Amino acid sequence: MTMSNFTRRAVVGLIAAAGFAAPAAAEVDFTGKTIEWVIPFSETGGSAKWANFFAPLLSEALPGTPTVVVKFMPGAGSTKGANWFQNETHDDGTLLFGSSGSTQFPYLLGDPRVRYEYNDWNPVMASGTGGVAYLNAEDGAKFDGSANALKDVDFIYGSQGATRLDLVPLLAWQMLGMNVEPVFGIKGRGDGRLMFERGEATIDYQTSSGYLKGSAEMVAAGNAVPMMTWGSLDADGNIVRDPTFPDIATFKEVCEATDGCETSGEAWDAWKAFFVAGFPVQKLAFLPAGTPQDVIDTYTKAFEDVVARADFAEISSKRVGKYSVFTGDGAKAALGTATQVPAEAKAYVIGWLKDAYGVELK
Amino acid sequence: MEAFATALPALADAWALILQPIVLGYLVLGVVMGLAVGVFPGLGGIAGLSLLLPFMFGMDPILGLALMIGMVAVVPTSDTFASVLMGIPGSSASQATVLDGFPMAKKGQAARALSAAFASSLFGGLVGASFLTVFILVARPIVLAFGLPEMLMITVLGLSMVAVLAGRIPLKGLAAAGLGIMIGTIGEADAGGSLRMASYDIPYLTDGLKLVIVGLGVFAIPEIVSLLRQDRSIAKGASLGAGWLDGVKDWAANIWLSVRCSIIGVVVGVIPGLGGSVVDWIAYGHAVQTTKDKSNFGKGEVRGVIGPESSNNAKEGGGLVPTLLFGIPGSGSMAIFIGAVALLGSGDIEVGPGMLKNNLDITYSIVWLLALANVVGTVLCIAASGGIAKLTTIRFTYLAPFLFMLISFAAFQSGQNFEDLLALFTIGLIGIFLRRFDWSRPAFLIGFVLSNPVEKFTNQAFQIASFRFRKSFEEGMDYVFSPIVIVLIIITVVSVVLGIRQAKTIMAEGEVQSGSKRAPVVFLLVIAGYLTFALINASMIPDYNMTDKIIPLIIGGFALACCMILLVQMMRRPEGDSIFADKEVSGEDADAPYGLWSTLAWFGGLIAATWVVGFILALVGFLIAFFRVRAGSSWGMSLLLTACGIAFMCLMAGALNRDFPPGLLQGAVDLPWPLK
Repeated sequence: MTMSNFTRRAVVGLIAAAGFAAPAAAEVDFTGKTIEWVIPFSETGGSAKWANFFAPLLSEALPGTPTVVVKFMPGAGSTKGANWFQNETHDDGTLLFGSSGSTQFPYLLGDPRVRYEYNDWNPVMASGTGGVAYLNAEDGAKFDGSANALKDVDFIYGSQGATRLDLVPLLAWQMLGMNVEPVFGIKGRGDGRLMFERGEATIDYQTSSGYLKGSAEMVAAGNAVPMMTWGSLDADGNIVRDPTFPDIATFKEVCEATDGCETSGEAWDAWKAFFVAGFPVQKLAFLPAGTPQDVIDTYTKAFEDVVARADFAEISSKRVGKYSVFTGDGAKAALGTATQVPAEAKAYVIGWLKDAYGVELK
Repeated sequence: MEAFATALPALADAWALILQPIVLGYLVLGVVMGLAVGVFPGLGGIAGLSLLLPFMFGMDPILGLALMIGMVAVVPTSDTFASVLMGIPGSSASQATVLDGFPMAKKGQAARALSAAFASSLFGGLVGASFLTVFILVARPIVLAFGLPEMLMITVLGLSMVAVLAGRIPLKGLAAAGLGIMIGTIGEADAGGSLRMASYDIPYLTDGLKLVIVGLGVFAIPEIVSLLRQDRSIAKGASLGAGWLDGVKDWAANIWLSVRCSIIGVVVGVIPGLGGSVVDWIAYGHAVQTTKDKSNFGKGEVRGVIGPESSNNAKEGGGLVPTLLFGIPGSGSMAIFIGAVALLGSGDIEVGPGMLKNNLDITYSIVWLLALANVVGTVLCIAASGGIAKLTTIRFTYLAPFLFMLISFAAFQSGQNFEDLLALFTIGLIGIFLRRFDWSRPAFLIGFVLSNPVEKFTNQAFQIASFRFRKSFEEGMDYVFSPIVIVLIIITVVSVVLGIRQAKTIMAEGEVQSGSKRAPVVFLLVIAGYLTFALINASMIPDYNMTDKIIPLIIGGFALACCMILLVQMMRRPEGDSIFADKEVSGEDADAPYGLWSTLAWFGGLIAATWVVGFILALVGFLIAFFRVRAGSSWGMSLLLTACGIAFMCLMAGALNRDFPPGLLQGAVDLPWPLK
């Protein structure tokens, strides 16, 4: 199966399912129970924010309004928590697990510490985000919709590590023929933005919410120039403009306009595969292996009710950023797109990580 | 000036918001909850805030802020109890307080030390808030002026405090600091992901050791074990000398020190990325350098308490600047705070660059709620300090098992692995020997705390500097030697020169007698052995990951060189020289009725039993056996105390929604909480 074919089918399924899935109300009741939502990161990260936002809403929507508490199990960049969850079995439906792109990438890249298998788990909700790359004012003036004039500029980028979500921007810039030197070891994208604001870094990217909160202001003040978004997926699995940033071109457009950058072939397929795994389907909520269908349906219904709230669009955009949320079969299809990357794409990225950064996963 | 014109009305609005009875009520509620949570060393603000999160959704913003800030603000205040009374550094904010606060408690001056600490905290908090009220309007460009070279220099300044705290033999202090840095590099490197002294087969080590565990291991365990061996109360002779009023007088007599340290606290707290881990050491070093008679430091000098305590509450205020202005949390609890603010009300308050423009009144409310919470918390703490200080008159054998219980639980919370307990035990053992042979434990801890920042900032600053130098030489020089860097270099050099001159008079471990050669030489060889092994390990990292090996190689080589010179000195000097300091020769430890190993075996037993039957069951057995056998209590008393301990543990862990370390039993059978 080719990449584009695969993505298309998965995404069609995803969109369709999000629209039509409407399971019957189940008879599961959580009265007086406490649901633990385990997040394999520390209390301070984006996934914590995500789970803390959904937890009270989920509590209201589940039958019997159980208490939903978020528990944190950080370690080994989420691998520890995911390995732990792999060994959990269904008990009484009171265990929920949240994963993010940082859990998906080691899985995709064959990190030796990964002892978990996504396909064993039952996804009940998935949500995604977008990303925007931008340049400093001086170099931004040379940007004309293509990267042609940027090829002889040396850039500095504050990065969390080449095997993290930063893989997507780093590979994109490399495909455009740009010279971007990553400074590794920063702790979050906020630190990267600060490095950019201090003028130490000259190129940066933020997720949608991070861009709206911090970087849009720099753009308005003329201190930064937006370069491209990663885009968003349409129903056919094509990359289209990000609806949050309709005025900013996508990487695909910039790549097409730039000499030597191809929107087909090995590199492009690999970039797209990891983009899909890291952004449109960034965070997933799972029930453990062996959960009976009625419990899955109950959670699906609850998350659907959460998303169906009249005020959902408003409260979610303010608190966790503009995410697209998938539930039920939609979440299942989302999981497919996020965790199944063609072997060639995987091999390409592993080879590139080794050549460019000396990273070996073993 | 325009900014100030809008600031005054906003300040008035903020006070109108704060001074509502219901807001003050929530603030007091938060403060009381914070004090209760603060009893647990190593949990602090993060655990408390996580507990509050579910209630924040849609809550009236000012009420939610009052509750959360009340809780966060008092953590650096309440953890002073543990550091002064028990010698347990509750958080990175109270490490330096242990150095002089605990010796004061041992001298029976616990109430004095506590109230001096609290008065300093209060004052520091208020100075911080006043400073911020003006500073926050102009802070943005100043914060942005602190790039990587500047942060590296502040870290180096923190590290230079090793010179002050190195002890009688400076080489030992340097080697201890080097060892601390090397232990700090264990695990996956931040930059290139190489493993140092770790393996994927032992996943625990790849994340590195946590500060809580190292702090408890280096300071708390050696003190607990030593006191337990002597079988006495913390306050010698079980009498309390000075009262709480003396402490307040001490503070008033040293008010200028308090002012200066508060300002150090705010300024360093403002810089994002340092997280305040250096603040209390810089303040402590400053207190030492500005004191004429330095002979009492490490033995219970009240200025050694006032300095760090003034700075650590002021730092919380300073830490608000990066949090509010840039949306970049200065600490773990601030990160949760940012997330929680987004949940408040209709979600309109957005922490970040827009905060000053759109929500200046809220910004000021936060600053002054913090100050007010400090006042409320401090008054409560001072009121309680006289009573709580009586703990130091209890026979220590009755306290020790509860302390083992608390620190094991705190250590487990840092990583939720059984290995956390093993790491605590191992570091504790290192701490015991560092103490015994008079190797500076503060130097070791400073090295550990600053290990990651030193490595990170060095690598990143080097990378960006070489990038600038490639552009042009001037641009590179401008970047590396900015005016701020030059000022910091001067301060560092002066502080090192002064420090070396003074170090000999400051004995963090008190007087230590010297004895035969054998034991100190064996310990030196063990350290040198570890350093050699770590060096070989680092040199095997491939060269393309130079960022991951350069610091371990340089620091490890340096520390090993110190050890080698020490070894030569030890061979040449006669027995009885101060280089052979050994607490087991004479003094409190040597005269103790109980041996080291039999005492440590109790703690080891608790950990071993936890491995088999899980924490709570092991604790039941441990407490009963300890009270019955070691303390010699009656069966009734033993059972009563055990029940109290278990009940307290379950109550707190239940309220904070925390788990206990599971054992083999829990792996085989499903048990209900708290046994699971």
